[in-house]
Amino acid sequence: MKILVSVKRVIDYNVKVRVKSDNTDVDLANVKMALNPFCEIAVEEAVRLKEAGTASEVVVVSIGPKPCQEQIRTALALGADRGIQVETEEMPESLNVAKLLAKVIEEEQPGLVIMGKQAIDSDNNQTGQMLAALTDMPQGTFASEVKIDGDKVNVTREVDGGLQTVELNMPAIVTTDLRLNEPRYASLPNIMKAKRKPLDVKTPAELGVELKAHTKLLKVTPPAERQAGIKVASVDELVEKLKNEAKVL
Amino acid sequence: MAILIIAEHDNRTLKTATRNAVTAATQMGDELHLLVAGSNCKAVAVAASEIAGINRVLLSDDLAYEHQLAENMGKLVAEIGKDYSHIVVPATTSGKNFLPRVAALLDVAQISDITAVESENTFQRPIYAGNAIATVESLDAIKVISVRSTAFEPAGNGPSSEISELNISCDCKLSAFVEEVVAESDRPELTSAEIIISGGRGMGNGENFTLLEQVADKLGAAVGASRAAVDAGFVPNDMQVGQTGKIVAPELYIAVGISGAIQHLAGMKDSKVIVAINKDEEAPIFSVADYGLVADLFDVMPELQKQL
Repeated sequence: MKILVSVKRVIDYNVKVRVKSDNTDVDLANVKMALNPFCEIAVEEAVRLKEAGTASEVVVVSIGPKPCQEQIRTALALGADRGIQVETEEMPESLNVAKLLAKVIEEEQPGLVIMGKQAIDSDNNQTGQMLAALTDMPQGTFASEVKIDGDKVNVTREVDGGLQTVELNMPAIVTTDLRLNEPRYASLPNIMKAKRKPLDVKTPAELGVELKAHTKLLKVTPPAERQAGIKVASVDELVEKLKNEAKVL
Repeated sequence: MAILIIAEHDNRTLKTATRNAVTAATQMGDELHLLVAGSNCKAVAVAASEIAGINRVLLSDDLAYEHQLAENMGKLVAEIGKDYSHIVVPATTSGKNFLPRVAALLDVAQISDITAVESENTFQRPIYAGNAIATVESLDAIKVISVRSTAFEPAGNGPSSEISELNISCDCKLSAFVEEVVAESDRPELTSAEIIISGGRGMGNGENFTLLEQVADKLGAAVGASRAAVDAGFVPNDMQVGQTGKIVAPELYIAVGISGAIQHLAGMKDSKVIVAINKDEEAPIFSVADYGLVADLFDVMPELQKQL
């Protein structure tokens, strides 16, 4: 069985984000970029399924301008077999990404698609579900456990009240939550090896997808700052303030 | 055209998050319809019909919707929603699960997790874990929107509206419900609690959370945790407050042994009053706290319990 993993290039999660002074967007100039953490978990899960003998090939795909090839190489160094970049001038909206991925799925015919539940830049949490609808596949979102059994996959999902398990017919789409696994570090020999693994570049036109704008970003502003309050010296003072000043007890 | 809101429920009770979504929807238009899709969920529809501002409740009672499977819900909502100007859902794990399918089936964008309504087609939403706020205009005929509950007050009750039963069964047979393991607790749910007391890595281990539980029981509070405490294995993930966990905004939030990583602050900084208890006076949590107490939590918690 072939597994397709999609990955996104995003700002490194340790970097403090700053809004541009003209409020058009956040400032990404000279900022460290990385593989989206949820996507890294998706790559790890696919590689583990290959190591367990469940999967035969792991194909990683990323959509965006040329630099996203770095993140494809990272995924290849973690153990994916080959890469596909769909080259676009800018990062397309989720629905366009889902349409491009749907075409890649049509060509590659994977048995399972694994992707992150959301990217830490746009925080949309929607591409996986959109892709599932476009390909008419079942979905297991926010996965904390994935168990393949014949032509079905059981996915345990992190939901508001606890954990929910669903059984999906394959091919299916799984989106990862934080506790699915702990991704490995790429070893130096594997980083070297990754440079020689195949990486195809395609365009939206080749895939027959027309990118359409569905939203317009009007402005980006910093969030309202919360002012630091006061320090209290003791539990007595704290309880007194909460009762008489804040009136919340 | 009217606005369609999808109710969050468990077939027995209507979840409060629905009421927050209704408040957001009232800022987008006047004619509000509320869909209750589930199985044996008539009681939910009756409760929903009493929400102020709702003009009509649509009830879709069918086994296919018993567990709100995304495949079936997506199809149903897209089918009903194609005649509406807005489709509005609370951004709970259930709403987040099926709503993007609706958007894709209708070939429109989804605007996730909105925190403010500027006009019927322009919305604010947090990006980069709340470190920036984007103002986004929808260019689509149908606006598909999920609402961050903590940003809107819950709608109250008003005159009852009419309940119309629909007969649309969408059973895709692509997926099946296996089981749900619900965390049992006598305490309130994190997302609806008035008071929350959360522990971080400073708690040291899972047993020490009983210190928080004892205080919580005196206050009728919910108990939460930071991602650091969850990752360290002290407590289960459903207790996690933060960008990747639950977003909360109670009247009072007490952070105990929590340093205040960006990802945690993103989940609780809209709380009305924030108390931080930490022995490290440099901890970033103090920069958002209304009341900070620099002290060892193992001295403070027993004392606090005594004083309440």
